[in-house]
Amino acid sequence: MTLIDLANPTRFLTLTARVLPWLAGLTGLLLLIGLYQSAMAPDDYQQGATVKIMFIHVPNAWLSMFVWGVMTLAALGTLVWRHPLADVAAKAAAPIGACFTFLALVTGSLWGRPMWGTYWEWDARLTSVLILFLMYLGLIALWRAVEDPSRAARAAAVLTLVGAINLPIIKFSVDWWNTLHQPASVLRMGGPALDRAFLIPLLVMAVAFSLLFLTLHLAALRNEILSRRVRALQMMQASRQAA
Amino acid sequence: MNAMSLGPYAPFIVTSYLLVTAVLLSLIAWIAIDYRRQKQRLRELDESGIVRRSGGRAAEIR
Repeated sequence: MTLIDLANPTRFLTLTARVLPWLAGLTGLLLLIGLYQSAMAPDDYQQGATVKIMFIHVPNAWLSMFVWGVMTLAALGTLVWRHPLADVAAKAAAPIGACFTFLALVTGSLWGRPMWGTYWEWDARLTSVLILFLMYLGLIALWRAVEDPSRAARAAAVLTLVGAINLPIIKFSVDWWNTLHQPASVLRMGGPALDRAFLIPLLVMAVAFSLLFLTLHLAALRNEILSRRVRALQMMQASRQAA
Repeated sequence: MNAMSLGPYAPFIVTSYLLVTAVLLSLIAWIAIDYRRQKQRLRELDESGIVRRSGGRAAEIR
């Protein structure tokens, strides 16, 4: 099966049915390994046991931006190449991205209270991630508000591309402004600043969460394809009844 | 995770993990329920005699 074949929704559904159980199994296994390693990780000399929150906060934060990146590629697919699955992919990814962003905000807040002495601070990193969350909600609302999928697709694609400007702002906010949020400690010039005892569980959890996103995204894509098929058939049924 | 070893911040750590578990399980359940709902609608359309343009049955989807 070539990449072009995947443009055919029926072939895509067949492939998804084959791949999903394996992906779900692998995700579950990696999550169990990651959770075990997170539980066994030693306390940090400054953060104490709250470092364990980082093993779920950081993957959620990475994925909150990664999912918008995927949606940005899909938006290009919708506007430039008019790929039949591009809008479906973006629409299916948005609720998952919103969940990851919500979890990044809340787990960060729960870490911040004991470490910073506050649940929330209007610094550049926290505020830009909150804006990302609000943009996810706005996109979901837009898809729900516009009944015609092709019109909704174009509007959502434009909004997604505009929203992509926020991604470098989130990433470099800790360098450009004086923030309470610490600078990057894994994805940075000169390599990770973390000890292996923390880095390995963090990376295992990051891979597990990425696989979770892939699994959920494929499943949500399948649902969206079926939903559009239902809509098309209902319109056929309505036109027959009218005739 | 041994709550005894989590120190004075155990409530923050436990709440974080429980919240992530709850939200992700809800997301998984929502996607699974939506799949069943779409399949059910396709079956109903199939039973009412609606045929896809390709000639296939409405519910002829895995």
